[in-house]
Amino acid sequence: MQAITANTADAAVNNYRQTPRWLQVWRNMRRSPSALIGLSILLGHMLVALLAPWLAPYDWTLQNGYIMFQAPSAEYWFGTDNMGRDVFSRTLMGGREAISVTLLGTLLAMGWGGFMGMFLGFVGGRLDEWMMRLVDALLAIPWLLFLLLIISMVGQSGVTLIFTLGFFYGIAVIRVVRGATLDFVARDFVLAAKTRGESRFTIVVKELLPNVLDAMLVEGAMRWAWMLLAFSSLSFLGFGVVPPTPDWGLMIADTRGMMSIAPWATLFPALALSTLIISINLTADAFGKAMGLDRAKAPV
Amino acid sequence: MNNQAANAETLMHVDNYSLGYSNSKGQLVSVLRNVSLQIRKGEAVGLVGESGCGKSTLALSMLGFLRSGSQVQSGAIRYRKQSLFELPEKELAKLRGGRIGLIPQNAGQSLTPTMTIGAQMIEALMLHSELAPSARPSRAIELLGLVRLPTPQQMMDRYPHQLSGGQQQRVAIAMALAGNPELLLLDEPTTGLDVTTQAHILELLRELRQKLGTTMVFVSHDLGVIARISDRVAVMYAGQVIELGDSGEVLRQPAHPYTRGLLASIPRLNQPGLPPSMQGYPPAVGSVSKGCAFAARCEHCSPICQDLDLPQRNLAGRQVKCHLDDEALRQRIPLRSVEVEAAELGDNLIRLDQVAVSYHKPDLLERWLGRDKQIIPTVDGVGLLLRRGETLSLVGESGSGKSTIMRAVSGLQPPLRGDISLGEENLNMPVEKRDGQLKRKVQMIFQNPDASLNPRHTIAEILEQPLKLYFGLSKAECRQRAAELLAQVRLGEHYLDRMPAQLSGGEKQRVAIARTFAGQPELVLCDEVTSALDVSVQAAVLKLLKELQRDKGVSYLFIAHDLAVVQAISDQVAVLYQGRLCQVGPTGQIFNGAAHPYTETLLDAVLQPDPDHQPILHSDDVVEASPPAAGCPFQRRCPRNLGAQCNEQSPPWQEQAGNRIRCHLPIEQLQPSTMIEPSQRVAVG
Amino acid sequence: MLKLILQRLALAMLTLFAVCILVFSVTEALPGDVCTAYLGRDAQGTRLENCRQQRGLNKPAFERFSDWGAGVIQGDLGTSLKRDKPINDMLANRMRNTAVLASAAAAIGIPLAILLGVFAALRRDKPLDVGLSTGAIFAMTIPEFVTATLLIFVFAIQLQWFPAVTTVRSSAPISELLPNIVLPVITLAFVMVAHIMRMVRSSMIEVMAGDFVQMARLKGVPYWRIVWYHALPNAMLPTINIIALTIAWLLGGVVIIEQVFNYPGVGTLMIKGIYDRDLPLVQAIALVLAAVYIGCNLLADLASQALNPRLRTAR
Repeated sequence: MQAITANTADAAVNNYRQTPRWLQVWRNMRRSPSALIGLSILLGHMLVALLAPWLAPYDWTLQNGYIMFQAPSAEYWFGTDNMGRDVFSRTLMGGREAISVTLLGTLLAMGWGGFMGMFLGFVGGRLDEWMMRLVDALLAIPWLLFLLLIISMVGQSGVTLIFTLGFFYGIAVIRVVRGATLDFVARDFVLAAKTRGESRFTIVVKELLPNVLDAMLVEGAMRWAWMLLAFSSLSFLGFGVVPPTPDWGLMIADTRGMMSIAPWATLFPALALSTLIISINLTADAFGKAMGLDRAKAPV
Repeated sequence: MNNQAANAETLMHVDNYSLGYSNSKGQLVSVLRNVSLQIRKGEAVGLVGESGCGKSTLALSMLGFLRSGSQVQSGAIRYRKQSLFELPEKELAKLRGGRIGLIPQNAGQSLTPTMTIGAQMIEALMLHSELAPSARPSRAIELLGLVRLPTPQQMMDRYPHQLSGGQQQRVAIAMALAGNPELLLLDEPTTGLDVTTQAHILELLRELRQKLGTTMVFVSHDLGVIARISDRVAVMYAGQVIELGDSGEVLRQPAHPYTRGLLASIPRLNQPGLPPSMQGYPPAVGSVSKGCAFAARCEHCSPICQDLDLPQRNLAGRQVKCHLDDEALRQRIPLRSVEVEAAELGDNLIRLDQVAVSYHKPDLLERWLGRDKQIIPTVDGVGLLLRRGETLSLVGESGSGKSTIMRAVSGLQPPLRGDISLGEENLNMPVEKRDGQLKRKVQMIFQNPDASLNPRHTIAEILEQPLKLYFGLSKAECRQRAAELLAQVRLGEHYLDRMPAQLSGGEKQRVAIARTFAGQPELVLCDEVTSALDVSVQAAVLKLLKELQRDKGVSYLFIAHDLAVVQAISDQVAVLYQGRLCQVGPTGQIFNGAAHPYTETLLDAVLQPDPDHQPILHSDDVVEASPPAAGCPFQRRCPRNLGAQCNEQSPPWQEQAGNRIRCHLPIEQLQPSTMIEPSQRVAVG
Repeated sequence: MLKLILQRLALAMLTLFAVCILVFSVTEALPGDVCTAYLGRDAQGTRLENCRQQRGLNKPAFERFSDWGAGVIQGDLGTSLKRDKPINDMLANRMRNTAVLASAAAAIGIPLAILLGVFAALRRDKPLDVGLSTGAIFAMTIPEFVTATLLIFVFAIQLQWFPAVTTVRSSAPISELLPNIVLPVITLAFVMVAHIMRMVRSSMIEVMAGDFVQMARLKGVPYWRIVWYHALPNAMLPTINIIALTIAWLLGGVVIIEQVFNYPGVGTLMIKGIYDRDLPLVQAIALVLAAVYIGCNLLADLASQALNPRLRTAR
C-alpha cells in the first residue's frame, strides 16, 4: 500500500515530464555491471560473426598434416587441431551458422508462439483448455529426441533446423505468453474494453500486447539462448552443421578425444560457445530486471 | 474514563518523531514529520487520516518496525522507558506479540496459509506465554471462544482460507490476545468487511477493552469507526498530526480547517443530499517538506502557511497545528449540504424482468442428465425499472449479487432467464452480439481506476479508444474531443500526455468517468466508483457524477457498500440478499419508511462520525454460502423469522407509496416506529 | 481427494495416448519408412516389397497403429530392427542405469538447490545473492557437453581421479557402475541445481514480501522460525510443479551427458537407434521417456495437492 502510493508520488513530483519507457529501461540496465558485461560480450560476438571471413588469418578448412596439434603460439593463436587446421580461424567462423539459424528460429518461435499464446489466453474456455492439453502432450516428448528424429529423416539443412527449432520452441513460448496474458486478461481495463465492445483483435493488440511485450521480449532472449544450446548439442551429436563448415559444437565433438594431447582445440570453441550463451542470458536477465520482471524462467 | 486516563501512566511516548524513506531516485523524503503523541494506560486513541497520511506507518513504528528503505530522521519512540529503535532484535521480538499486540488490516492475508489456526495460536502461546506445552491447546481454544468464534474446538484444525473475513479477523484478535498484551495496535481492523460484520467486530473490541482493560491505538480512515471506539483522536494529514484531542469534542467541533472539511465531506444518513466537497487532492507522500501541507487546499491559506513551520496551538486541551488565530479556530461552522439540481426524469429507460443469472456452466454430463435445470442461480427473480435521468442503487453485503446484476446488464454475463431491455431494445445478449449503437448506450465505470486504465497508454490514448470505436473520429478530432471530455470532468488539457501512474486516485477516476462519457451513453453502470477514493475526494466525484447526470440526462445503476453514499446519490434503492430482492423503493422511503428486516439490519449497523451514535445489532454476522432452497432468502438470519411460513413459502410483495417489500410480515408491522420496542433492542455500549 | 487422483490419472493416460499418436504420426509423416531406412540404397523393387511384407508395412496406417498400440498396452514395445531383439530386453538394464544416474543427481541436487535458493532470497541483492545468481546463470547456460568436457579435462585427464568414459557393460551390477557415475552426476546436478535454485529464490522472495511474513515478524516470531515454518512451505507450493517440469526437461540433457561419458543408459541407446535408423527402438524410447515425464508431472501435481491446504480442503 505504502509502496504504491510512494511510487505514484515519485512520478507526481517528477514535474510530469515523462521519460520514454525504453530510456528508463536503458538507464536501469546501465546501472547493472552484469548487464554491461553481458551486452558487450554479446555485441563482440555479433561483430565477430559478421566479420569473421575477413578477420580469420588462415583458411578455416585448409588441412595441413605437417602442423597437427600445435600449441598456441604467435603464429597460431589458438594452436592447431588434429588435421592441422588453425583453431583461431575456425573459432571465429564457428558461430556464424549457429547464430543465424537460431536467430531466425527464435523469430519464428516468438511469432507463432506469441500469437497463439495471447490468443488462447484471451479467448480462454474450452478451446484454450484443449489446446493446452495438446501443448502439454507435445512438451512431454523429449525435445532432443524430437529434433533428432525429424532431422535424421528430413536431412540436415539450415532451413530444416530453423523450422524445426522454431516450431518446437514456439510451443514452449505459447505456454509462457499465455501465462503472462492471463495475468492481464482479468484486469479491469480489459474488462472495460470488452464492455465497450472493442473487437477481440483490438483488445489483443492494443490492450494486451503493450503489457505482455515485456515478458515476451525477455522470453525471446531466453529462448534464443536455449535454442543455441540445442543447436550446438545437435552439432555435437553430429546432426547439426555439415562438415567441413566449422561449428563450435562439432569442433568440440571432433577434438575431445585428443584432449590429453591438444586441449586447446577443444577448450577455445567451448569458451566461445559458453561466453555467447552466457552473455545472452546475462543480458536477458538484466533486461527483465530493468523492466521490473524479476522472475526466474522455467525452461519449459 | 477520560479523567482517569489523564492521571494514568504513559505507555507510549512519541517524541518529535520524523521518519523518512528513500524514493526510487535515492532521495530521502519525509513520511512522518515531527509527530508527538502520548498513549496513556487504559485509553483508546484513534489515528485517523486519508491514505498515505502515515497513520499505519506511525502505528508500526510503535512496534519498532520500519519498512525497508525507511529511517528515523529525528525524535524517538519509547515504550515505558525503553527506546524502541535501540532495543536489540531479541528484546523487540519478545515485545511484539507479547506486551504490544498488533491486529492487522486484512487478517486473511496476514495468517500463514499453510498453518492451521491451532498451530498458529499455539505458536503465539509458545513464544509469548509461560504456559506449559500441554496447557497451550486448551488456552488457545479458550481464546478463540473469547472472541466469540463458533465451535472454537473445530476452528483449531481449520486453515485460514476456510474462514470468512469476519472469522479471520476474530482469529487475528485472539492471536494478539495470546500474548496478554498491555497495548493493542489495530491497523484498520474492520476495513473491507461488510457493514454488519464491521459493527460486530467493533462491539467485540469494545467489550474486550472493558473486560481486559487493554490500551488501544486504533488506526482507521473511517471517522465512524473512530467515533465508536476511541477516547482521543489524532487527525493526521501528510505525515503530521494536525489536530489531537478528545474524540467527542473533535468530532463535534473540529478546529483545524482540514478536520472541518473532512468531517463535512462525509455523507451521513441523517443528512440527505450531497456533502460539500473539499477542493484539490491530498499531496503525494513526501512531496511537502516545509510549511503546512494542507495549505494548497485550505480556503484560509495565507502566504506564511507555505513557508513557516506550523506552530503547535493549545486550545483548551486540544492541540492544533495551524496559523489561524484562536478565534478563527473556535468558530463553529454549520454543516451544509450541496444542492445539485436533479435531472429531469424521463420515460422508462431500462427494465429488468424476472432476471436470473448463473455463473455455473452446465457441462455435457449435466445437460444430458437434465440437471442443468436444477441449479440455483446466483441471482434470481430480479425485476427493476429505471427512468431516464434517474439513479438506482443496488445495496447488500458482499455476495448479494449486486455486481452480478451489473455484469448481466453490461453483457459480460448474460442472464440465464428473464429479460433486460433498454428502451425498445433487448439487452439479453452478450456484449459482442450487441450492435454498435447499443454498446455505446451502455457504459461502465469500475471500482479501481488503477486497474481500469491501461498502465501503458497515455490519457489521450485512453480517451481516444471509445471515440474511434463509436464515432470513427480522426486523430486530430479525437484529441480535441478528448480535451473537451477532460474539461467536463474538470481536468486540464495538459493531462492528455500523462500516464495513469502520474495521476492521483481521484484524477484517475475522473479520467475513467471521462472515458465513460465519451460514448454519450444513456445508461452508466457505476461499480463502487468511490470506494477506492479518499473521503475528501469522494464528495467531489459524487458531485461530478450528479452534475453530469443533470447535463446529459443519463441514468445511473449504482453500487456502493457505503449506505450514506447511496442515500446521497440515488433516487431509488433496491436491497438484495443472496441474489434475491428484499425491498425496492424511493430513497426516502428506504431510509426512513417501512423496512424489510434485512434493510433494517443493514441500516442499524451503519456507523456514523457522531460520538453519540450507537449501532444496533439485530442478528449475527454468519456468512451464508448459498441461498436456501425454499422460502425467504433471509430466513436464517432474520431476527423476526415467523417459523415455517418464512422457511417454506416465498414471501409476497407488499407495496406502500412506491415502497415495495417482500416479507411475510404485514407492511404495517415493518414501519420504523413499530418495528421493535426500544427495550427489545439489543443495543450495545 | 480420491476423485481428484483418478481425474489426474485419467488425464495423464490421455496425454500419454496423445503422445503415442504424435510419435506415430511424426514417424509416419516423415519421408521414408523403416524399410527405406534399413535397406538404404537397396530400397527398391522386390527387396523393398519383401521387407515391407515381412514387417507388415503394407497394412493401412490405422491398423499398424492399433497393432503397435495393442503391443504397448500389453507391455511389449516391439522388436529392434537392427538387432532383431525384443526392445524390452534391451531397455531394461539401460533404464536401470539411467535411473541410478538421474536419482543420484536429484538426491544431491534438489536439497542443495532449495538451501541455496533460500539463502540467496534472504540475502537478496547482497554479494551472496549476486554471486549465487550469476553462478546459476553460468551453470544453466553452459551446454551440458561443454561442462562434461571440461570436467573430463580437469578430473579425468589432468588429475586422473575418475575414469573419462565408462567401459562397463550395460548389465554390470550397480557397484561396478558407481565410480563411473561421479562425473555424469556432477554435470547433471550442476544444471539442475542452477534451475531449481533460481525458482526457489524468486518464489521465496515473493513469499518473504507477503503480508503474513511481515505479520509473523510483528507477532514476534523469531527470524529463522519464520523462514522455515512460515515462508518456506508457502514458497515451495508453486515451485513443486516447476521442479518436476525441470527435472523432466533435463532428461533431454541426460541423453547428451550419457553420450559424452559413453554411459550405458537409455540415452546412448537412443542415439544409437537414431544413427541406425532403428525406428521401432526410437519410438519405444520416446514413449518411455514421455511416460517418465508425464509421471513426474503427475507426482508433482499430487504432491502439491497434498501439501496445499487450499487445494486439499474445501471452504
